[in-house]
Amino acid sequence: MDTQDTQASDARPVLEGPDIARVLTRIAHEIVERAKGADDVVLLGIPTRGVFLAQRLAAKLEEITDRKIPCGSLDITMYRDDLRMHPPRALARTEIPGDGIDGRLVVLVDDVLFSGRTVRAALDALNDVGRPRAVQLAVLVDRGHRELPIRADYVGKNLPTSLRETVKVQLAEEDGRDTVLLGAKQTQ
Amino acid sequence: MQRHLISAADLTRDDAVLILDTAEEMARVADRPIKKLPTLRGRTIVNLFFEDSTRTRISFEAAEKRLSADVINFSAKGSSVSKGESLKDTAQTLEAMGVDAVVIRHGASGAPYRLANSGWIDAAVINAGDGTHQHPTQALLDAFTMRRRLVGRDAGLGQDLSGRRITIVGDVLHSRVARSNVDLLHTLGAEVTVVAPPTLVPVGVETWPCEVSYDLDSTLTKSDAVMMLRVQRERMNAAFFPTEREYSRRYGLDGERMARMPEHAIVMHPGPMVRGMEITAEVADSDRCTVVEQVANGVSIRMAVLYLLLGGAEPAVTHARIEEK
Amino acid sequence: MSKILIRGAKVLGGESQDVLIDGAVIEAVGSGLSAEGAEVVEADGKVLLPGLVDLHTHLREPGREDSETVLTGTRAAASGGYTAVFAMANTFPVADTAGVVEQVYRLGQEHGYCDVQPIGAVTVGLEGRKLAELGAMHESAAGVTVFSDDGKCVDDAVIMRRALEYVKAFGGVVAQHAQEPRLTEGAQMNEGIVSAELGLGGWPAVAEESIIARDVLLAEHVGSRVHICHLSTAGSVEIVRWAKSRGIDVTAEVTPHHLLLTDELVRTYNPVYKVNPPLRTERDVLALREALADGTIDIVATDHAPHPHEDKDCEWAAAAMGMVGLETALSVVQETMVETGLLDWAGVAERMSFKPARIGRAQGHGRPVSAGEPANLTLVDTAYRGSVDPAGFASRSRNTPYEGRELPGRVTHTWLRGKATLVDGKLT
Repeated sequence: MDTQDTQASDARPVLEGPDIARVLTRIAHEIVERAKGADDVVLLGIPTRGVFLAQRLAAKLEEITDRKIPCGSLDITMYRDDLRMHPPRALARTEIPGDGIDGRLVVLVDDVLFSGRTVRAALDALNDVGRPRAVQLAVLVDRGHRELPIRADYVGKNLPTSLRETVKVQLAEEDGRDTVLLGAKQTQ
Repeated sequence: MQRHLISAADLTRDDAVLILDTAEEMARVADRPIKKLPTLRGRTIVNLFFEDSTRTRISFEAAEKRLSADVINFSAKGSSVSKGESLKDTAQTLEAMGVDAVVIRHGASGAPYRLANSGWIDAAVINAGDGTHQHPTQALLDAFTMRRRLVGRDAGLGQDLSGRRITIVGDVLHSRVARSNVDLLHTLGAEVTVVAPPTLVPVGVETWPCEVSYDLDSTLTKSDAVMMLRVQRERMNAAFFPTEREYSRRYGLDGERMARMPEHAIVMHPGPMVRGMEITAEVADSDRCTVVEQVANGVSIRMAVLYLLLGGAEPAVTHARIEEK
Repeated sequence: MSKILIRGAKVLGGESQDVLIDGAVIEAVGSGLSAEGAEVVEADGKVLLPGLVDLHTHLREPGREDSETVLTGTRAAASGGYTAVFAMANTFPVADTAGVVEQVYRLGQEHGYCDVQPIGAVTVGLEGRKLAELGAMHESAAGVTVFSDDGKCVDDAVIMRRALEYVKAFGGVVAQHAQEPRLTEGAQMNEGIVSAELGLGGWPAVAEESIIARDVLLAEHVGSRVHICHLSTAGSVEIVRWAKSRGIDVTAEVTPHHLLLTDELVRTYNPVYKVNPPLRTERDVLALREALADGTIDIVATDHAPHPHEDKDCEWAAAAMGMVGLETALSVVQETMVETGLLDWAGVAERMSFKPARIGRAQGHGRPVSAGEPANLTLVDTAYRGSVDPAGFASRSRNTPYEGRELPGRVTHTWLRGKATLVDGKLT
């Protein structure tokens, strides 16, 4: 997840609305294929935009499997390793589907995979919620530059970037439109 | 920018709403199999209690432990404090031990303010009740309870208590709970009325952001929440009121009075209740009475305050209070 | 002792004049004075006042030498321009016998910085029950004429009546600390808007006013004079004004801090502002200034109350009450009364020297600056402005509410019977 602000003027779209829809459809199919029918899949989105992506994925999975797919959210704020470097952040909602995650296949969903620290925090948070059979990771964009031994199981788009660039995902639910923007980091 | 929570009057509306919203998320931790968060790992918090208050101390302790802080309980009884060691010496001892925050309960009004502003220590100071001055986390948990009951758990997120009519009844003069609640509820947009016999209303109350009434019955019918304060029997001997019976008759809440409250209205009490004095058993045990909820909410509120004051590099809660030179 | 020529001083703030001191006495006052071999002090337009007299000082010796001694207290007094101070009786042991008052008196004489006139306790041990030996204290070497249980109120009306009557025999006066004890149980600060907010026990104005009202009526009834210590409320002013208009022989004092500070300062919970009677409201402060200007309040008295650091470096409730005041009194009066146009320097001399000496019957003090009078003098640089630095105090204690505050005026010289105790702001 990259929260760096990207100015609209110098940012260029790398994925547009139809691309995002297509990518999510593909990921849904991959999940069904790898999970052999997705019987025990639980989707957990990481706030903010991961939650919307998880909901969209769940809808697509339901279309494919014709079954209700449990979908929730997992706030990782309290598990971050950089808490002491910023003022405290407002908390987001953790919503675990009713049947819980014990013995299930949890697919974590986030918008951008970058350093991997968010996912590390999410794995810790998951630990306090239950014991899944397995955990997988789905991201819309993988922009590289990992700082931890973490990789995604499902990637919408691999996007090679430099550290001087920012990646901003916008989704209709939050931002009014679907797009992924690549821009230059603002210099102070 | 301050790192302390001394008075409810120091909180802005946005600060207060942020604390309530955060507490709402903290409350959900209690429903999980593992009721613990790693957020304050490696931080040391001292519960420095110069007054007995098992309830408040346990509530803070539970909150601290759920956030993984290291907790030291320091009770003035049986310690060097009772042998004449001063607040300053005690504070500096704790500071030398590398304490990150001090949760202080003290019988002297202003002791937490003094601790935070006199340069004795660097730790964050959280007021857990000082004399007859303030008890800000109590006011926050009361506001949290009201928001949940009157607005709703989810519907309340981001909301204040605008337009709600809250009545606080009892020994306002000696009550830090009353002072904190009047300040905070006003900040949150509520219309507050304090009701008490004139002897138990402080001289100088006219600048408080609330109405003052001596008549409980006329206020009850327009209240969304009625908060009953504890009235100590000893007050009777100092001529604050003639007898327990007369106090109960004029200012106590019984079933008959409760029936005249609006249907949605709740009855609150900071505890411990003096049954038969300010509240009858019938009221205390009714569904409208939130005493037990208030206790549970206290842990969530204290987790939120601790997280917002200690969870980051600097506190998220700003202060407007005058600082000493 | 040689001669001293003070050249170009505004005597009582008036025209620039020269003052020649010969030994312990003022030899001449006029212009163009000269004297062979005299030590010359260039006053350069500074204001020359009669040596100040403080009717209300706590010197703490005997008993609390950790906060002040007669030596450090009189050095502080000289530093503030005083040549005589009245030492309150609440020492350990209490100054309720001839022995204790003589000891304090002699210490003052030995040190030679400032005359110390002991005040005797009205009742044994300040307990308010049994009259102390007032006559014996008066007849002692200390020659006590002022009696007070200050720190405590003589609240028993019968004891107060008897004391007022008894001291008439030798021209004494009872100085009352007006505080109704039941109304001030647990009192921590002025009762009002600020105490309601801070949750500190209130000290209502009526607790002072009711005692003053009672005592002026008692004084009238028995035909005695009565002095009111540290009057602090607008209501007290009205009662004293009424009493004076009836011809009752009452005098009253106000402290510098009650002329300047208000209870708003208590919001800091800093015990340096904790004092008895407590700091009151802006309205009271303005009424006190007006009353001091129009003569309803007769004098300024410091209620100099030294306390060791640890008694103030604590939470409010645990802290001692009182402030040091000898070294800042004149500056506060300049700020609140002179610079506001309420008093001229002659008016200040009346209220800080002449009148307190008359109330306390202090021999040789509070005399005019004229030939033949004792050379008790204070030279003030009224143009000076500086911030208060307690580290420079001569007092053993530092509990001033003015630390870091800018105040006008500075005493540069003090002479006690022609002997310089302060020269260029330095104690001799």
